[in-house]
Amino acid sequence: MSLQEKLKELEEKGLQEISVANELSKLNEVRVNFLGKKGPITEVLRGMRDLSKEERPKVGEFANKVRDNLTSKLEERKEELAQAALNKKLAEEAVDVTLPGTPMKQGQPHVIQQIIDNLEDLFLGMGYQVVEGPEVELDRYNFEMLNLPKDHPARDMQDTFYITDEVLMRSQTSPVQARTMEKHDFSKGPLKMISPGVVYRRDTDDATHSHQFHQIEGLVIDKNITMGDLKGTLVTLAKELFGDRFEVRLRPSYFPFTEPSVEADVTCFNCMGKGCSVCKSTGWIEVLGAGMVHPNVLKMAGVDTDVYGGFAFGLGPDRFAMLRYGVDDIRNFYLNDVRFLSQFNKRG
Amino acid sequence: MKLSYKWLSKYLELDLEPKDLAEKIERTAVEVDSVTRLDYKLKKIVVGHTLEVTEHPDSDHLHICQVDVGEEEPIQIVCGAPNIAADQDVIVALHGSRIKDNVKIKRSKMRGVPSNGMICALQEIGYPDNVVPKDYADGIYVFPADSHVKPGDSVMEALGMDDDVIDTSVTPNRGDMFSMNGNAHEIAAILDQKANFEVLKVQDEQKSADTLADQIKVEIDEQDVAPVYKLMAIENVKIAPSPFWLQTTLMKAGIRPINNVVDVTNYIMLKYGQPLHAYDLDQLKGQTISVAPAGENVKFTTLDDEKRDLRPEDLVITADGTPIAMAGVMGGMATEVSDQTQNIVIEAAIFDPIKIRKTARYHNLHSEAAMRFERGIDYSSLDDALNEAASLVADFSQGKVMSGVVVGNDTKLNPESITIALARINKILGTSLTSEEVVAIFDRLGFSTELDATKQTFKVTVPVRRWDIHIEADLLEEVARIFGYDNLPVTLPTGDPTIGQLTTEQKLMRASRTVMEGLGLTQAMSYGLTTIAKSQQFVKGDHELVKVDWPMTKDREALRMNLISGLLDDIAYNKARSVENVALYEQGRVFYGNGQAQPEEIEHIAGAITGSMQAKSWNEKEKPVTFFDVKGIVEQYLKNVAVAGEVSYVADHDRQGMHPGRTADVLLDGDVIGFIGQIHPTTAEEFKIKETYVFELNLTKIIHAEKKLQHYDVISKYPAITRDIAILVNKEVSNTEVLNVINETKQKNLIKVELFDVYEGKNLEKGMKSLAYQFTYQDTNDTLQEDAINDEFSKVIKNLEEKLNVTVR
Repeated sequence: MSLQEKLKELEEKGLQEISVANELSKLNEVRVNFLGKKGPITEVLRGMRDLSKEERPKVGEFANKVRDNLTSKLEERKEELAQAALNKKLAEEAVDVTLPGTPMKQGQPHVIQQIIDNLEDLFLGMGYQVVEGPEVELDRYNFEMLNLPKDHPARDMQDTFYITDEVLMRSQTSPVQARTMEKHDFSKGPLKMISPGVVYRRDTDDATHSHQFHQIEGLVIDKNITMGDLKGTLVTLAKELFGDRFEVRLRPSYFPFTEPSVEADVTCFNCMGKGCSVCKSTGWIEVLGAGMVHPNVLKMAGVDTDVYGGFAFGLGPDRFAMLRYGVDDIRNFYLNDVRFLSQFNKRG
Repeated sequence: MKLSYKWLSKYLELDLEPKDLAEKIERTAVEVDSVTRLDYKLKKIVVGHTLEVTEHPDSDHLHICQVDVGEEEPIQIVCGAPNIAADQDVIVALHGSRIKDNVKIKRSKMRGVPSNGMICALQEIGYPDNVVPKDYADGIYVFPADSHVKPGDSVMEALGMDDDVIDTSVTPNRGDMFSMNGNAHEIAAILDQKANFEVLKVQDEQKSADTLADQIKVEIDEQDVAPVYKLMAIENVKIAPSPFWLQTTLMKAGIRPINNVVDVTNYIMLKYGQPLHAYDLDQLKGQTISVAPAGENVKFTTLDDEKRDLRPEDLVITADGTPIAMAGVMGGMATEVSDQTQNIVIEAAIFDPIKIRKTARYHNLHSEAAMRFERGIDYSSLDDALNEAASLVADFSQGKVMSGVVVGNDTKLNPESITIALARINKILGTSLTSEEVVAIFDRLGFSTELDATKQTFKVTVPVRRWDIHIEADLLEEVARIFGYDNLPVTLPTGDPTIGQLTTEQKLMRASRTVMEGLGLTQAMSYGLTTIAKSQQFVKGDHELVKVDWPMTKDREALRMNLISGLLDDIAYNKARSVENVALYEQGRVFYGNGQAQPEEIEHIAGAITGSMQAKSWNEKEKPVTFFDVKGIVEQYLKNVAVAGEVSYVADHDRQGMHPGRTADVLLDGDVIGFIGQIHPTTAEEFKIKETYVFELNLTKIIHAEKKLQHYDVISKYPAITRDIAILVNKEVSNTEVLNVINETKQKNLIKVELFDVYEGKNLEKGMKSLAYQFTYQDTNDTLQEDAINDEFSKVIKNLEEKLNVTVR
């Protein structure tokens, strides 16, 4: 058997062993067995000493080819085995993707806060400032400067917690308007403000009454403010709160601090105006009170009524949240049951 | 006020659906609470005439009645009413009829006797208890002779239930809408019609020769308490039920018929809005009537048989000094009109509205009369009202009207004139009305106008019946509502632009909330009023408590001085409902009395966590909250709001309500801005809650604290080197003390020191602990050399050994 024939035979044997090696260690054995320093190819090449000068390069070249072929086949096989091993590992690592995700801790803003923030953003966009004021107020700002002198019947409409004869828990956020109006320098431009906050009234807590709730009141005073501007503002406000599909209806009403006074209703969102139990078959839901600022209120704040006038409006986020989300008990807002609070988790 | 559509139809040509009329009233005048059809869903209810009534053989209270219901044959009905008798006209619900609440009546047998329907009480066809005449309160209704009903007639028609009632909710300014006349004026304006008003006068043949002034005098010292006070009398009256039409009219308006005198006073009140009161004249003969404050220690029995302690300022009507009525609110027992009364005197007055309101409120007597006196009375129709009342009483009771009106006071009001410019109307309303249109609106309202064509101004004269109108703005409202709010343009304010922007404080408050929510706390809103004890809990320092003057309950007596107690109430509420893991924060105000009229109001932010921070799930264990979770929240929060000063935490062993070993004050540059820690187990038990950790920070201080500017530090591209060290130190030595020594040692390249292990116990000497820190060194300009680091590091070790007597492990 010639050397070349021996090499050929070794190559075939080697290739055969590579193809059946199914582990990296086996493959390594094959490499050592065939290509190692003590391997059969080296052995064969040692026999080259006995060959002629002419034959030696040919055999040498052939031997290199055999070695290269085996080496590359070894690499290929190694790659194949590595890939198979990885695939196996990945298959083992597979998870049930339908298992629930790890719970993440994320707090929620209070639903009333969400409504307040939402409206603040709306009015900030229309150039209003947000103004806060004291929760413990003077009778003067809570009532008198709002055209509610002592003995005014409308004081009965909102029974008040007094601290002393002249100091009380504010029963509305309008005193913030009185304070702001009094301070505002009209030579520097119009006054456009909203005042959100907590208010207090002597009501026994039940499903529809709370001794503590929230209000957002708005006020605009400038030289050429019309009732049409009020209407436009209320329509914008109602659309922000309820959406575009809703109609707004103004009705005459009475508030001591505005004249004319109106109440604004929107289409009942439960029945879309057809009449249902939510709207007591009227098709409308009352959402806010408003009006043109009463001249007495302007005068008491030192505003020249010949030049300036404006409008004011107010709404209750608690009532709104009850209507909008069907909350059946106002106390839910202040008892802070986590199961209640965490329902209002929609963002954006 | 309950407005009968039929009654309104006597004044006006109403050719629109009641609900459409209600809609117009609502959009133009006052709110409408409901529009109800009285015979809604009632069916097959007819007048029956009882021909024969016999006892049921097997019952001690049932009767067997043969009833003529207008059919060929009488029908048999078994009836249990005590007042059933033969020869009565009664309400019969036939077989297949529907009565109140849509209840169906069918033929049946009652104790073996067939019954072909039901004889009804008024309540059973929908009348509320409080309007049913007393005689029929506990039995069936019997039609009076003057109802002229026949068997088979529709009961709904006979009782006038084929009518709609529009129930309005009258605002305090629209007292004129508390009368049919006032409503007729208003609806006439809305519909642009002229209303027909009918006034009955006392006829000559109704008059007697006797003069009232001979029998009674009125003297009123204080003019203001009763600007108008008049009396008329009717003698030889026969007290009896009033006419059927009047009774049904009153019942529809929600008023119970009593007798022919009281019913007239109520009818006149509905028609004119003028409350009247009738007295038994024989109780007052020869006396002087007056109106005055009650004075000290007066007890008075009102006609509801309640003995009342009057306040000195309550207005009373007196006869020779003895109270006979609470003016405008309720009459007295002693002078009440009874079945035996022969002569009556009717009072028509106007009382001081504020005094009436206060009396009604104090005694909780919100009568129909008081409600009207509070909101004002039409001065211009009082005489008509009194006259018509006298005429009707005489008519119904076969009495004679005594001559003369005894007048105690007769203040007259003149119509007010207000001038308003067309330009002003259009400027304020945003309209472009012409002067003709404006005149037309005032005309509809019955206000006369004088147009000054050159100046384009109107002088508007407002009739006395609209006493709510005094100023230009009032007229603007009239124009706007009659023109229609629907017709106003929809615009937004123009004019000089303004910047809408939150203040720095508001931004920080919003950011604070966002940070807290990001850290896993849900926003709570608790009550600002709490108990005295809870208000003062957890509070250090000498702050004055603020209390409400007249608390409704002990639970809501004091203004809170801390937010935590409210949050603990919330946790207790959750725990009582088996919600064990609660993490809440609140941002709100606390109130510190300071000797001024108004207390100091300070914004706080507080949190309370109980149970596990991490909810247990299939792949995560519970992670019960610890002191360090709450501290981590506060640290992260203060990092986010970027306070520039140095924040430190100092153990606080004596804050009431807090765990003495697990509480720390939070200091900013040495000033206490709040605290963190565990609620004392005893306090937790009082609140009925489990282990709970809290923090409360003075947000006002944080808002005003100096803040770091947002800036950029170059991130070094050179590698960092770390060195770890574990030291054995006395247990009493705090982490802060160790860090202080480390930081005091000058180390150029040290960028971070991190505590990564704390160990006490096994293998350590008693009273000692092991702390392990990792030091990170880095230079922004160069790769650090090991030698340089080693030098710095050994300096630290040396200092620690010297100053804190530590042993490096």
